[in-house]
Amino acid sequence: MHRTGELYGHFETLEQQKESSTLGMWIFLVTEVLFFGGMFLAYTINRSAFSTAFGIGSNTLDIKLGAGNTVVLIMSSLTMAMAVWSAQVGKKKLVSIFLIATLGLGTVFLGVKAIEYKQKYDHHLIPGHGFDMRYHSAHPLPGDDLKELALEKEEVETAIKSDPDINFHSQLYFSLYFGMTGLHALHMIIGAGLLLWLIKGSFAGRYTPQYNTPVEIVGLYWHFVDIVWIYLFPLLYLIDRHR
Amino acid sequence: MIGTGITVWAAFQNFGKLNIVIALVIATIKASLVVLYFMHARYSSKRTQLVIVCSVFWLAIMLALTLSDYNTRSHEMQPGVSRLAQPASSRTFPV
Repeated sequence: MHRTGELYGHFETLEQQKESSTLGMWIFLVTEVLFFGGMFLAYTINRSAFSTAFGIGSNTLDIKLGAGNTVVLIMSSLTMAMAVWSAQVGKKKLVSIFLIATLGLGTVFLGVKAIEYKQKYDHHLIPGHGFDMRYHSAHPLPGDDLKELALEKEEVETAIKSDPDINFHSQLYFSLYFGMTGLHALHMIIGAGLLLWLIKGSFAGRYTPQYNTPVEIVGLYWHFVDIVWIYLFPLLYLIDRHR
Repeated sequence: MIGTGITVWAAFQNFGKLNIVIALVIATIKASLVVLYFMHARYSSKRTQLVIVCSVFWLAIMLALTLSDYNTRSHEMQPGVSRLAQPASSRTFPV
């Protein structure tokens, strides 16, 4: 049953080839775990040193958008797993459908992320010269929930009264927020590119029960990106929600 | 695929009691389900499983050693207060 067209010369069988590819991808993912691990470490150390500043920073994030995005990303992992399964059982049409669904959900995630970044920009929460935790409650935009904003104002002002440096230190939270979610988004964009390549291959009917390694490998990568978000969401959005 | 229902359900549970430990335990359960079922770790070869365990092990080494370093060093500078948490105005450079 071997299709020599897909079996590279230095492997004896397709199974061996697939095992090598999977192992190689996992080793790459180990380096990725440590790469993101370093950022999580930086986050943990700074959060324990500046817990109040991180708390008020985190509370400005929109939990609905964050939780919605978590569901979207987990759904995209599910459709990716379904695409791998479809390739393994030889349902070529389903492979294309599930890959396109995965790409669609990934795009939705990135779109929501862009909306969140735009909000932070409008609220003067980008670390740098114009950064001010008090700006948003002092300059509400049309459509803002004023009750929520009053709570935010009270919380920020109490924190600043207790320590005047807090407004300054909150920039650390936002630096890490943009660094970590930005790096995650970059991985999503790379993943979307890989998905486009897979979709092209699936239209050509490349993936069969005997040979579906590309789908499987990109699947591993996509699930890894999902896992990073699974940790980012509680750490960035949910650290100090008492109200 | 079996874990999906639980995973989505767990995502919604985060709205309840928002304790950081609970949140991280839920996140770890979710991540484990993704690794075991979506990434087929349960059905992989022993060699692949070893690589997966190694990644967690190395991550644990990095976190444990770095955090123990930070947690013990700060006491040298000023008891009970992290050196980083001193007011920016009173801090001298290099930090």
